[in-house]
Amino acid sequence: MNRLKGIAASGGVNIGKALLLGKEELSAPKIKISHEDISREIYRLEEALIETRKEISTLQKKILHDLGFDHAKVFEAHLLVLEDRVLIEDIIQQIKNKKVNVEYAFSQSIKKYIDTLLKLQDEYLRERVIDIEDVSRRVMRKFLKKEGTNLQELNEKVIIVAHDLAPSQTASLPKENILGFVTDVGGRTSHTTIIARSLGIPAVVGLESATRNIKTGDKLIIDGSEGVVFVNPPEKLIKEYHKKLSKITKDIKTIHISKVKAATKDKREVVVSANVELPEELSLAHEYGAEGVGLYRTEYIFLGRSDLPSEDEQYKAYSNVAKKMKPYSVIIRTIDIGGDKFLSQPQVPIEMSPFLGWRAIRFCLARPDVFKAQLRAILRASAEGNVKVMFPMISGVEELREAKKMLEECKKELKHEGVVFDEKISVGTMIEIPSAALTADALAKESDFFSIGTNDLIQYSLAVDRANEKVAYLYEPGHPAVLRLIKNVVEVAHQNNIWVGMCGEMAGEPLFAFLTLGFQLDEFSMPPPRVPRIKELIKNVNFQDAKTIAEHAIKLSTAKEVEKYLQDELKKILQDNFDKILLV
Amino acid sequence: MERIEEEIVVSSPHGLHARPAALLVQIASKFDSKIMLEKDGEAVDGKSIIAILSLGVNKGMSLKLIVEGVDAQEAFSELKEFLGRSSE
Repeated sequence: MNRLKGIAASGGVNIGKALLLGKEELSAPKIKISHEDISREIYRLEEALIETRKEISTLQKKILHDLGFDHAKVFEAHLLVLEDRVLIEDIIQQIKNKKVNVEYAFSQSIKKYIDTLLKLQDEYLRERVIDIEDVSRRVMRKFLKKEGTNLQELNEKVIIVAHDLAPSQTASLPKENILGFVTDVGGRTSHTTIIARSLGIPAVVGLESATRNIKTGDKLIIDGSEGVVFVNPPEKLIKEYHKKLSKITKDIKTIHISKVKAATKDKREVVVSANVELPEELSLAHEYGAEGVGLYRTEYIFLGRSDLPSEDEQYKAYSNVAKKMKPYSVIIRTIDIGGDKFLSQPQVPIEMSPFLGWRAIRFCLARPDVFKAQLRAILRASAEGNVKVMFPMISGVEELREAKKMLEECKKELKHEGVVFDEKISVGTMIEIPSAALTADALAKESDFFSIGTNDLIQYSLAVDRANEKVAYLYEPGHPAVLRLIKNVVEVAHQNNIWVGMCGEMAGEPLFAFLTLGFQLDEFSMPPPRVPRIKELIKNVNFQDAKTIAEHAIKLSTAKEVEKYLQDELKKILQDNFDKILLV
Repeated sequence: MERIEEEIVVSSPHGLHARPAALLVQIASKFDSKIMLEKDGEAVDGKSIIAILSLGVNKGMSLKLIVEGVDAQEAFSELKEFLGRSSE
């Protein structure tokens, strides 16, 4: 068995056979032609271009129908390549002057342009190269009268494995037969990721060598939540995943999606909201009954480009979210990435411990130009809906003060410019560093709310890098140290009359959602598909029981004891609903 | 025949990448005039998406827009409006 680790791009698991979409060659042999053959070769060029054009138009219609206007738009560039005067002229000149066959002339011209684009050192254009390559392959197949793998006629369920997927390729895939996507390249915002999420199928991207390690027909397990692919796994593992899979499918069918506010049997109301990154996920948040966005990640706007997004561009993105979520609130987290992720920062040295390095609020405070453009955009968006702002990676009250000072400066500027915004915009502190959790009393006095980022809080508290397989077992959300920090944060927040939410993975895990409900947490924010499950859990329990159980759980000495105890107690409370609500 | 040329600062947020480049070609192709874009001394056909992409124009860069032909005036004003527009 081979275990491949990549980027968890779209959640869920599936088991199935691999279908490798190979990279067909774009080169062609050079054949000398005679003067009399020139017109024939030019005719072949025209014919191939017309046929490819027809093929793409059909695809475009299909994608418009299946995925909507935004996805169909990418084909405009495809079609323009086919009728590009400069390209066509270049090919014809080669055929005429060099007396070569059309395939060769075409491949040479395309190669020339692709090389120019690649030299531009522009991430965005690099991604466009795959579109041009895709059109070119289609034309090439027409010359050779070869049919591409006709995916439309695919009649068994498969996991697609490819170096990368072009929008035009994903468009032609019959959705009902696709179990998942596995690609060599790509990231959390690439085309494959977006498509997979909007189709609701698992995807693991950025595996680097998937196409070398996987053959068509190999049995695969794809775990899009963990970002792992198993190639030809043993029966035992397949069984394990089958169990997981049938549970998930069963759950999706049985858990009712509730659009009403979540409340326990004894009437304690809490907010269940969604973590959102891509604009496409907003509709999912609505669909699954989330009451607002508890964490809106803004990093995607900054990544994969060579320039900084302008204030206007950010404003458009943020106000779009605010409008779509109205009247619910949207908590916008300011950028939470390392300074090295900014392409406009050429001389950032590679850091030894990036998790402890120059990132998030530390980067923002050092770059007021970047930070203030974002704050101004957020403030402007606050006029369009219920917007709150939150600062990540605060380690102490001084950073919070400095960030708030910049926010005040932006408010002043906007006021001066006569721009409207919510002058009483709520300012939250993300609690994800142990020092912040321990000085929550000081932070609470200067914050309007807290949101506990458990993923980082656990890593920092337990000194565990989750991505390091050798120590990953030490990453325990139920560790008493973590629980004590969380309990302290909630208590201190309430003493200071502010509310407190949680936007890490723990909030979406039924066991820990129940435990933190007992700690009196006010808001739970999670990936949209998790929302129905947590709402169902809350509806089926008593707040008083959760409180009593949490009081006992915090006295236990290991994570295993905590989890076992919570599971036993929840089983008693939920009875027949236990299996349905908990993902075991 | 009229010839108009002017330096323009590109203000579309993505510069002249796929979508904006495609739109530019669509606009340029409506006119009979010859349309050229010049950056750093290199001039390309404004009706060719591949040529425009290969210029690698980002937001804030300046370009020379050259329009020559019977409908130059009209073409120039429409293209200038597009290139200098603040967003898509």
